[in-house]
Amino acid sequence: MKKAAAAAPNRAASPLMKQKQKEAWRSRIPTMVFLAPFTILFVIFTVLPIVAAIGLSFTYFNMLETPSFVGLDNYIRMFFDDDVFLIALKNTLIFALVTGPIGYILSFLFAWLINEFGRKLRALLTLIFYMPTLAGNVYFVWTYIFSGDSYGLLNSTLIKLGIISDPIMWTTDTKYMMGVVIVVVLWMSMGAGFLAFVAGLQSMDRSLYEAAAIDGIRNRFAELWYVTLPQMAPQLLFGAVMTISTSFAVGVQSQSLTGFPSTDYATHTLVLHIMDFGSIRFEMGYASAVAVFLFAMMVIVYQVVNKALSKWST
Amino acid sequence: MTTAVRKKDKPKRIREAKSARINRSIGGTVVIFLFLALASIFMLLPIVYTVVTSLKPMNEIFLYPPRFWVQNPTLSNFSTMAELAGEMWVPFERYLFNSVIVAVLGTIIYIFIASMAAYPLAKRHTKGMSIYYSFVIIAIMFRPEVTQIPLYIIMAKLGLINSYAALICPVLAGTLGVFLMRQFMETVPDEIIESARIDGAGEFRIFFRMIMPMVKPAWLTLVIFTFQSLWSTVDTTYIYNESMKTLTTVLQQISSAGIARAGAGAAVALVLMIPPVVVFIISQSSVMETMAHSGMKG
Repeated sequence: MKKAAAAAPNRAASPLMKQKQKEAWRSRIPTMVFLAPFTILFVIFTVLPIVAAIGLSFTYFNMLETPSFVGLDNYIRMFFDDDVFLIALKNTLIFALVTGPIGYILSFLFAWLINEFGRKLRALLTLIFYMPTLAGNVYFVWTYIFSGDSYGLLNSTLIKLGIISDPIMWTTDTKYMMGVVIVVVLWMSMGAGFLAFVAGLQSMDRSLYEAAAIDGIRNRFAELWYVTLPQMAPQLLFGAVMTISTSFAVGVQSQSLTGFPSTDYATHTLVLHIMDFGSIRFEMGYASAVAVFLFAMMVIVYQVVNKALSKWST
Repeated sequence: MTTAVRKKDKPKRIREAKSARINRSIGGTVVIFLFLALASIFMLLPIVYTVVTSLKPMNEIFLYPPRFWVQNPTLSNFSTMAELAGEMWVPFERYLFNSVIVAVLGTIIYIFIASMAAYPLAKRHTKGMSIYYSFVIIAIMFRPEVTQIPLYIIMAKLGLINSYAALICPVLAGTLGVFLMRQFMETVPDEIIESARIDGAGEFRIFFRMIMPMVKPAWLTLVIFTFQSLWSTVDTTYIYNESMKTLTTVLQQISSAGIARAGAGAAVALVLMIPPVVVFIISQSSVMETMAHSGMKG
């Protein structure tokens, strides 16, 4: 846990500095004033509901009667009595393993490449790449593009070009569904992490590049590796957490593209499973257990990524 | 302190112009540009298609073979949407007013409280702070689908149902902004804070006059995230009083009611996109203008 805070550099303060710092912050009043407004809201509207949901995961709760305690039943049911959960788990892991690393690398790559240009072009390119996230739920437009009959934009284009002769059922044929959802998720992956990278590159210390050039850095890739990336450690961690929390939570995109439930549950995910039990079947206890399980998976992945990042940046 | 920062800007501008040429080959820049141009087409195509669809008359939406571009552009989808919005129980302006109040007020409050909380989390190196911070980070990963009922009970107990607070508070309690601000404040060198303290500056002065100007790109970016999430909030759980609903909620209802088809759906999506895009352009262009605090280091 301690490592969580140690991910960023600039830690090499001398013992004397530390001593001084402690003195300066000795008065707790400013600290409390700084923390209080957020902390109060955080505890009431974030921590309490999460604790309550974790509590509900050990109960049977149909949202009408009071919850009754069932111990670990919900967790046992997931693995031994719910085949669809196992499919959802498998699909979630596939989505996370594919869209997570690719989305993360792409959002840094684009932020870095955009930074190579002048201010105006940079602003325009940032807008273009962030547009899918900014546009909110515009991803429904992909359903017209991937529509399975010959009215679909992609099918009609491919037929016109003579690449295929019959329309492909992009969103209902299990062979293609996964790929279609992955394309749309990646299209939307320039999100919070991407903008944090853009802002981080913007606040880079320029004099470091000059020093690096004098030290013999000869091209932009070496500069990226030896100068930019180590300086960007705090933003890289932020982007990683954002990527984890979106790539493990694929669901709404799959729902609007391939329908719910999708053919043979081919693009069913844990988030959709939670929504299914939470708002359709009124089994909140079980839905909460699935949510807690998903949360635990993400936290473990975060711990691994955080350890790796902090080891690499120091 | 601010004047000191401004004074340093000038020589830095010159330095930046020079350093832009270090380690850059023209060929490489051209290749990068072409690559980004291709990627831009992929990113923009669905958005352009939404715009085009919103301008299509009904018969063109169901045209075979489908065409990408519109033949006879029309604004009928937008007028259908406006008509439907005009027939609602409450005047359209009221929904817009609700949305603007919630988004603007919520954004301003959140920038303040998230940045304030981030300062001790970044610069006070104690065990308690790092434990608190790890909670802040992992809270981002909990899915909100199952916290709705507990949240509803809390809201009801506090008497917040049908109030602006019900829309704003969950966003204010979000940890993404604290996380972002803390990560950027981490890069502010301890030495300059220390020297300001030796000069007799109090923590609040240091925070508002030094830290916040230095992490300007971060909070300008946070303005985008916060405005966007407040603007796009669709709330049917905590708000059932019609006159307290937001524009987004009402327009989403229109486009999902089945009356409207692809065209009106695209029109709704476009209209809702305008405010976040405007906020994005304003704040992002200020991000691009901020200068790196190179002169401040060491």
